[in-house]
Amino acid sequence: MPEGIVTVAYIAATILFILALGGLSHPETARRGNLYGIIGMSIAMLATIFGVVTANYVMLIVGLIAGGIIGLILARRVQMTQMPELVAILHSLVGLAAVLVGFVNFLDPEVHYTGVELTIHDVETYLGILIGAVTFSGSVIAFGKLSGKIGGAPLTLPARHWLNLALLLIAIWYGYQFVVQSAGGGNPVAGLPPGLVPLLVMTAVALLFGIHMVMAIGGADMPVVVSMLNSYSGWAAAATGFMLSNDLLIVTGALVGSSGAILSYIMCRAMNRRFLAVIAGGFGTAGSAAVGTAGDQGEVVPVNAMEAANLLVGSKEIMIVPGYGMAVAQAQHIVCEITKILRDKGINVRFGIHPVAGRMPGHMNVLLAEARVPYDIVFEMDEINEEFPDIDVSIVIGANDIVNPSAQEEPESPIAGMPVLEVWKGRTTIVLKRSMATGYAGVQNPLFFKENTRMLFGDARESLDEVLKEI
Amino acid sequence: MKIGVPSETHPGEQRVAITPDVAGQLRKLGFSVAIESGAGASASFGDDAYAEAGVELLDDRAELFSGSDIILKVRAPNDEELGLFRSGQVLISFLWPAQNPELLERLAQAGVTALAMDSIPRITRAQKLDALSSMANIAGYRAVVEAAQHFGRFFTGQITAAGRVPPAKVLVIGAGVAGLAAIGVARSMGAIVRAFDTRPEVKEQVESMDGEFLMLEFEEEGSGEGGYAKVMSEEFIKAEMALFAEQAKDVDIIITTALIPGRPAPELITEEMVASMKPGSVVVDLAAEQGGNCEVTEADRIIHRHGVTVIGYTDLPSRLAAQSSQLYGTNLRHLLDDMCPESDGRLTVDMEDDVVRGATVVKDGEITWPPPKIADPSPPPAQAEAAEAPPVPEKPKRSFLGPLLTFGLGGLALLGLGAVAPPSFMAHFTVFVLACFVGYMVIWNVTPALHTPLMSVTNAISSIIIIGALIQISSPLNWIAWVAGITVFITSINIAGGFAVTRRMLDMFRK
Repeated sequence: MPEGIVTVAYIAATILFILALGGLSHPETARRGNLYGIIGMSIAMLATIFGVVTANYVMLIVGLIAGGIIGLILARRVQMTQMPELVAILHSLVGLAAVLVGFVNFLDPEVHYTGVELTIHDVETYLGILIGAVTFSGSVIAFGKLSGKIGGAPLTLPARHWLNLALLLIAIWYGYQFVVQSAGGGNPVAGLPPGLVPLLVMTAVALLFGIHMVMAIGGADMPVVVSMLNSYSGWAAAATGFMLSNDLLIVTGALVGSSGAILSYIMCRAMNRRFLAVIAGGFGTAGSAAVGTAGDQGEVVPVNAMEAANLLVGSKEIMIVPGYGMAVAQAQHIVCEITKILRDKGINVRFGIHPVAGRMPGHMNVLLAEARVPYDIVFEMDEINEEFPDIDVSIVIGANDIVNPSAQEEPESPIAGMPVLEVWKGRTTIVLKRSMATGYAGVQNPLFFKENTRMLFGDARESLDEVLKEI
Repeated sequence: MKIGVPSETHPGEQRVAITPDVAGQLRKLGFSVAIESGAGASASFGDDAYAEAGVELLDDRAELFSGSDIILKVRAPNDEELGLFRSGQVLISFLWPAQNPELLERLAQAGVTALAMDSIPRITRAQKLDALSSMANIAGYRAVVEAAQHFGRFFTGQITAAGRVPPAKVLVIGAGVAGLAAIGVARSMGAIVRAFDTRPEVKEQVESMDGEFLMLEFEEEGSGEGGYAKVMSEEFIKAEMALFAEQAKDVDIIITTALIPGRPAPELITEEMVASMKPGSVVVDLAAEQGGNCEVTEADRIIHRHGVTVIGYTDLPSRLAAQSSQLYGTNLRHLLDDMCPESDGRLTVDMEDDVVRGATVVKDGEITWPPPKIADPSPPPAQAEAAEAPPVPEKPKRSFLGPLLTFGLGGLALLGLGAVAPPSFMAHFTVFVLACFVGYMVIWNVTPALHTPLMSVTNAISSIIIIGALIQISSPLNWIAWVAGITVFITSINIAGGFAVTRRMLDMFRK
């Protein structure tokens, strides 16, 4: 196949990918968008297979089919609550692929460059492997944390900022060494290709950096991590594209990279935290030790399932605010059932979703969609926040920091300025919670002590089960 | 310990201190409960219901008093009952210690410990014990019902085949618990409701009940201690009276609830104003017991004058006996719950506890009223304002230097790159920068609800890196082919998995 045709196919694939992302602007068009993505990917692969590949077809086909089957099984088996884990582990595969492609490209004797082009190519290779390795190890750790295989609490080593800086300096120094050695200078280790040792050292450093970075972040900051790794996997693909002089990879990588970057930005804005502060890890370590109004804040008013059910049935406008606790308790189905019954009674039940509810962007929406909650009653924080004064009952399920009034009322609070769902402005709030423990930010929540708040203690699913029976 | 509940002896009193429900809950706290037969009859709680809840029924009042450790009542005990108390007993009821000093003396002589439900401090923690609020709420509700009873027209406006009916106009004076309840009920019956209060901070509460808050063009703060109103200046009262005089001509129903603690009720509606009201209008005076807000009011009577009905009932809660017994009983239960922390049926009168200290007016034969002041009135108005208008965190001032520096350095770096890089690289770089911008534009359009599918689909398409492996797989070098094969394998997991799971998710998004 002539090279021109391959290029045309790549252009088609690029356009289809852009359409795929554009389709996600609305649930109706999103399914078509996904189809565009599949077609684009198929075109790109077929063009490459017929245009470039000349041998080793068996290995190619076996790899494709085996990988494809595993991928399909994963996609079918995964629980919607486990989506963040799946996304994380898939990111790690992109990172690993970038590392492998980079090493092969570096060691392939058929690749020749000279002069400035060699230097640029070396830098591209180096960056591709660096980003790929960080993505790989970071995603593996994120997967471990999200699936509970590694403790979720942030690991805060002493002087960890200096450690990160040291790792960065090492990476830069060996980058310089690599470029010099690759160009024929320096003192390469005898018997090995020039530049291999700096490259290997850098890979190890990058892996370490990825592990350390994600270990230092935990809990509710995970949405930022997941979207950041999403972004990195894109940049890794783009760097690989530069290395291979392949525009398709560059464009796709850039699309994915900016997508992840925007998601990270949205998540950070939703927590009113600076991106660097999140990545640097830990929470409230910047000396904001004053934990709001500590001590006795008054008394909480517990209710039982029957009283909660009575409150629900007697209202006209209900807002449900889900959080990570709903995912943990797998309560979304029962929530949907309650929603259905109440809506049949003519009660306007809606959902209010905070951008960082859950462990990845849009996590709650997917869970609710899985439970067959119609998406047109699920609203974003910005769409719905002004309506709380008209709400009769808000139900907060397993959420804490995202409904904390001290974000608005206490300028000293560690979460001050974070946009929150203003449930306390409604007539009554029912909070489903296992205990009085604080949320991720470690801040006591004055919402629980408000006069119009009722606490329904216990596992979210069991409590809702009882409420459902009472209704 | 044993709880005894006698019948109420005050003439016309229909309430009872506990309901069968509350009795059951008290038994769960470890108390045993006895009640005088027929005590709940007038509040529609039959003896059978009590028996079912495990309550012992006693016919003899003396036996009930002598056999019980705790006596629960609604009204203060009368002379006969006072004689039945024995030393060491605990009495919980409304007592009004400020108005009844002799009663305290007699209780002290009898050696009892007495807690007054009306003296529970008004702090947040004690809200569930606040029987005054419970009763005021009921009085407010009942006031509207009484008004409706005597008002010869609809509350709600209607357009019928026989003509248009205008909605009734209701003026509520004093937006405390009772006032707010009255506003809510009158609103829900369809009337136009206006409300006035000397405390400006209740404006929001009135508006939250859908009432219209009447403002006075006058600067004076009427909030007193504990969230109650205080006496206002002469000029203020003048302005206030002018407002009422003007309103009286317009409204159909006036409900007054203005009380200042420890003083006779202020006179707000003069006979002249009553005379200026439309014929058939109704005034309900909730302050009748303290002398009334209306000049015409006589306690416990209905007066017809100038074609206006003036209702001065002082027993409005008792006229809704089942409801008020239930709420009062629940208030009592919460108090006993607090005083019996171990749920073992043993009552401890802990004088360190602000709530119990405030309510206890006689302790073991000694008068302990009035209690020392506690430094926590209901939230000061300043705080309420703060809640209304959260301080906007001042954004750190940014000079132009920062962005200028960033752009400058970025531009210089690009220039440097352009100076040394070969044209082939610059071509790719152009594509890269443009793609970043396209991505930026496209992604901002993605609805937040689809962020998770966005991540999984970008994940799938970032596996485009498979192209790199495909280019390498045909290498004559065996090891390169193998590594490329592995890369193809892992990226195809990603491609298939990413697209499939996206599809699965998107299929779930249904209307």
